Amino acid sequence: MDSLLNNSRPPVFCPGCSHERITHSLDKAFQNMGLAGHEIAMVSDIGCSGLFDTFFNTHALHGLHGRALTYAAGLKLGRPDLNVVVTMGDGGQGIGGAHLLAACRRNLNLTLLVLNNFNFGMTGGQFSATTPPDAQVGSGFLNLLERPLDICQTARAAGAAYVTRCSGYRKDLDAEIQRAMEFEGFAVLDIWGVCPGRYTKRNRLTPKTIEASLAGLPAMEGPVAENVRKEYGRHYRELTADRKPAAEPQKIEAVYDAPQSGRREVVLLGSAGQRIITAGEILCLAGLFAGLNTTQKNEYNITVLRGLSISELILSPEEIDYTGIQRPKVVIALAREGVDRRKNLFKQLDSDALVLQADGVEVPDCSARILPMDLKSCGVKKPDWALASLGIMAGLGKIISPEMLAAALKIRFKGKTLDMALELVRKVGSCEM
Amino acid sequence: MALSLMEGNEAIARGALAAGCRFFAGYPITPATTVLNHMLNLLPPLGGICLQAEDEIASIGACLGASMSGLKVLTATSGPGISLYSEQISFAVGSEIPIVIVDVQRLGPSTGSATRGADGDVNFLRWGNSGGLPVIVLAPVNAADCFTLTVQAFNLAERFRCPVFLASNKEIAMTRESLDVAALQIPDIINRTAPPAGRPFLPFQVVEDQSVPDFLPIGCNVPVRQTSSTHGENGYITTDQQEIARILLRLKTKLESAVDTFSFYERFTAGESDTLIIAYGVTARAAKSVYKELTGAGKPVHLLILKTLWPVPENVICKAAENVKRVVVVEMNLGQYVREIERILGDKKVDFCGQMDGGLISPDKIREAVTYG
Repeated sequence: MDSLLNNSRPPVFCPGCSHERITHSLDKAFQNMGLAGHEIAMVSDIGCSGLFDTFFNTHALHGLHGRALTYAAGLKLGRPDLNVVVTMGDGGQGIGGAHLLAACRRNLNLTLLVLNNFNFGMTGGQFSATTPPDAQVGSGFLNLLERPLDICQTARAAGAAYVTRCSGYRKDLDAEIQRAMEFEGFAVLDIWGVCPGRYTKRNRLTPKTIEASLAGLPAMEGPVAENVRKEYGRHYRELTADRKPAAEPQKIEAVYDAPQSGRREVVLLGSAGQRIITAGEILCLAGLFAGLNTTQKNEYNITVLRGLSISELILSPEEIDYTGIQRPKVVIALAREGVDRRKNLFKQLDSDALVLQADGVEVPDCSARILPMDLKSCGVKKPDWALASLGIMAGLGKIISPEMLAAALKIRFKGKTLDMALELVRKVGSCEM
Repeated sequence: MALSLMEGNEAIARGALAAGCRFFAGYPITPATTVLNHMLNLLPPLGGICLQAEDEIASIGACLGASMSGLKVLTATSGPGISLYSEQISFAVGSEIPIVIVDVQRLGPSTGSATRGADGDVNFLRWGNSGGLPVIVLAPVNAADCFTLTVQAFNLAERFRCPVFLASNKEIAMTRESLDVAALQIPDIINRTAPPAGRPFLPFQVVEDQSVPDFLPIGCNVPVRQTSSTHGENGYITTDQQEIARILLRLKTKLESAVDTFSFYERFTAGESDTLIIAYGVTARAAKSVYKELTGAGKPVHLLILKTLWPVPENVICKAAENVKRVVVVEMNLGQYVREIERILGDKKVDFCGQMDGGLISPDKIREAVTYG
């Protein structure tokens, strides 16, 4: 195959920069693999490594500093057949560290070439995530205070399936890039090089010293046995191949008449574990069976297993504009936590409003009619109080009818749960309160 | 008529699907998380991808990559996530990458209150990109809007190759409401335009009266260049000031000169009144109940509900305010969009009715502002 180098955009690196050698090795790897330009996407970001995409007649996506792996992930998932090669510098590894870790954990079939020259070349030789502490850099003494990051050990610990540490001067770099590209999974090549424009002006680093440093480190080359596994995209497609389409939204036709007309507001005041939100949903569904418009607004703590749980429901034959509660017709007091949060609500209750008060739950003075619910002696356990309250409302013909409620339960529950729910609302409907 | 019970976030997810969205990436954040949940339920069976990314920067980054691969993409977050999206939003603006971004607004500043509503990001969405070029922001009022405006948002993103925001609000997103799905007015689906055959492809070239370049995906059989750097028509970095000026001006005018074609709004007029209420988002619902109440009581007031916030639909606003002396702008913040109204309607008395405490603005408060000023 022909070279994919872009003749109209020759490399523009500083004389002696190892990036130029790597550019040619990469081109050779493309040729050895027999790839055409449109079969490759070069994804790059900021810094001298970010110049790479312009040197090749391939697809190119050049973005923000340290974020190349984020674009590459979307691109590869969208085009699984594309060879996606990402070039980033050691600077990009620092700012985009989370993306490196995620790419290693994810194992998408991407090839990451880290052009590691131990400093920020473009901005003045500041220290990067890989700069040795004893180096002279453009950030004064600051690199004395921070330990450099071992990209390969980091990648390996994060689950990278293919990790190679090597010199940009390595003779068979093209063959190693090809191996990495042909590996099905995330491959990281940490390629060490010199930055003559900045780093080697004040620090001694040559192909020979790089070679010597690498020889002193544990070898890292090729597949990492303990991390080799299914490629992410392949795995994703396998796991989702037989998924049945998601259900369409449930559509409910009006079949019953609501006991009352006009806008009706209901507030359920309870605590976590009382299935307040579910009861609210069932009330709305019951409303739909009478062709009513409904809204449900919930409030609960971020710690979902503790504290208050409140559901505010509106049922109305008219369009519901404002979704806030103004004049509730029914307030269901099931736990102190919920009542405390809405204690101001009680002052505003009209005399024709109804408060259903669970046993042992104090409510503030108000002008509404208060109906105590002795659910315990009716044999109802606390997690069922909210649902039982709906049964009592239906039994009283307040806002919903028993038929509306039963229809809602039948659409919301199945099997044994449904039988128990139907039995519960029937029982409390006939229970002496 | 059959009704379904649906929260705004689910309506957005279903609208995205109807628009042809096949890629979603997001990071969990209340009150936007359920968009992610619904997309995870909806997309994989269709061969689409739903990705939970490592952070917000990666979420939108993956979307930009997937969009360049030719897919229609969606992401969803809240204010704190929009901050992190910001650098990538600028990329999408400058490099003309179609994407729909949902901001389910919650009370700020900062992490603020995760489960309290607000409309505090409406200026942030417009101005939160480096360079300050325009974006499109649509604001749903209810679950039905969440569905249909999402389809519109995708159409606009495809037509103009730009980021389009849905400025939702916890109070719409996580409130379930009855919805007649079959009655929704779904627009025809628009897809990005491929270039005509026979012309060498330049990724940012416009010819004749085009204001938006044709699109080829990365991965097609012609190499495609995309870059966040200041670029010429060929997608390479350029220092040619004339070319830079031409392209950047085009990014501005392609949206601002076309806003009349996508000015979504509802306007209610009844009888003689010298007062116009302007509202958007969930607050428009309280405003509508005030409109109905006052008009019913023989004290009519006009109402304009804006659903396109940016670019500012100036013609719609001017027309609605033509015969009034006074405008009351109601919004769930301490005064943001009202500045645009003041700018446009300099000859009217512009009153502001705002609130920023995590609660809904009540009809009582709006009625008072309208009646007593």
